[in-house]
Amino acid sequence: MISGILGKKIGMTQLYDERGDVRPVTVLQAGPCIVTQKKTAGKEGYDSVQVGLVEFVKAKNMPKPMLGHFGKNNLPPMKFVKEFEVQTDGEQKPEEAVEGVKVGDKVLVDIFNDSKFVDVSGISKGRGFAGVVKRHKFGGGPKAHGHMFQVQGSIGSSSFPSRVFKGLRMPGHMGAEKVTVRNLKIRGIDLEENLLLVEGAVPGHRNAYVVINKAKNPPRERRGFAGSTTLDPLKAAKKAAAGKKK
Amino acid sequence: MSIHPVMAKLAAKINRTDLPPMQTGDTVRIHVKIKEGDKERVQAFEGTLIKQRHGAQGTFTVRKVSFGQGVERIFPYNCKVIDKIEVVRSNQVRRARLFYLRGLKGKAARLREVDVPRPEAAVTAR
Repeated sequence: MISGILGKKIGMTQLYDERGDVRPVTVLQAGPCIVTQKKTAGKEGYDSVQVGLVEFVKAKNMPKPMLGHFGKNNLPPMKFVKEFEVQTDGEQKPEEAVEGVKVGDKVLVDIFNDSKFVDVSGISKGRGFAGVVKRHKFGGGPKAHGHMFQVQGSIGSSSFPSRVFKGLRMPGHMGAEKVTVRNLKIRGIDLEENLLLVEGAVPGHRNAYVVINKAKNPPRERRGFAGSTTLDPLKAAKKAAAGKKK
Repeated sequence: MSIHPVMAKLAAKINRTDLPPMQTGDTVRIHVKIKEGDKERVQAFEGTLIKQRHGAQGTFTVRKVSFGQGVERIFPYNCKVIDKIEVVRSNQVRRARLFYLRGLKGKAARLREVDVPRPEAAVTAR
């Protein structure tokens, strides 16, 4: 099973959960994707598969080496291509898992059917040259008393150390970098339209490319937590005892 | 800015068409489903409609005065909690948002009733 899929951010909306509460939801177009290449420990030194997002791309806008790469296996030209690891089920070795995948195989949203959470990576919106208040969440200056609003204040002492420490937070370029948001709850999967609905925000602008992975480190289910399937055995026992008394 | 066709489809899916048309200033009775443990019951919230916002994520605000205390409740249009809505009476108002009612009490906070021709199906059940 391939551990992730490529997609595009469509936009945000609201949905109602089973309790009737409003939830902010990001709609992602997830796939359809195609396996474009297999990488094995024997040849490339590690096991993974290369996957491309299927969309309408003019061949003349693609670099020729890429066209050759896809043409080898009679695949359509694809702009957005990434590598994913292949998850092993149980005893399987990684080589065998990759062995089970063929070039040209479809990768669809149904890979998330059993998972509750996903990690989504994308390129965040660019903010240009940003000041410290926006970039590093500084408090800024006073709004009165001869105000200086968006300043950072002192950047160090004078004679000692006579220099500014490296890594001091200062104004500079912000955004337009890779950001991963972990453990977004899956709120819906639409196989026909290739949609994935996740709760919460996702980096990037609309129509931005995103990489959707199965959650690496999903939150563990807490006992007694609303919506959890596992029961606290102690509490369950007490409840049963109370029920008998009545 | 146009809406993405996928978003339009999603919005259409959750859109509720069974609610009666309401005007700002109307006295409305909102039947709200309340869950208590396993049981579900319906409670009515009656008051003046002081604000509406349409669209897929639209909400409306209902204000009432309960034991001398002003109470406002905001409902999303497509909310599952709403069982049904009755328009009890229509009032003459001159603006879309009646926030000025918040500063008025008793007789000053009255609105003048107007007759609005309503189709028979003004009161709809789900």
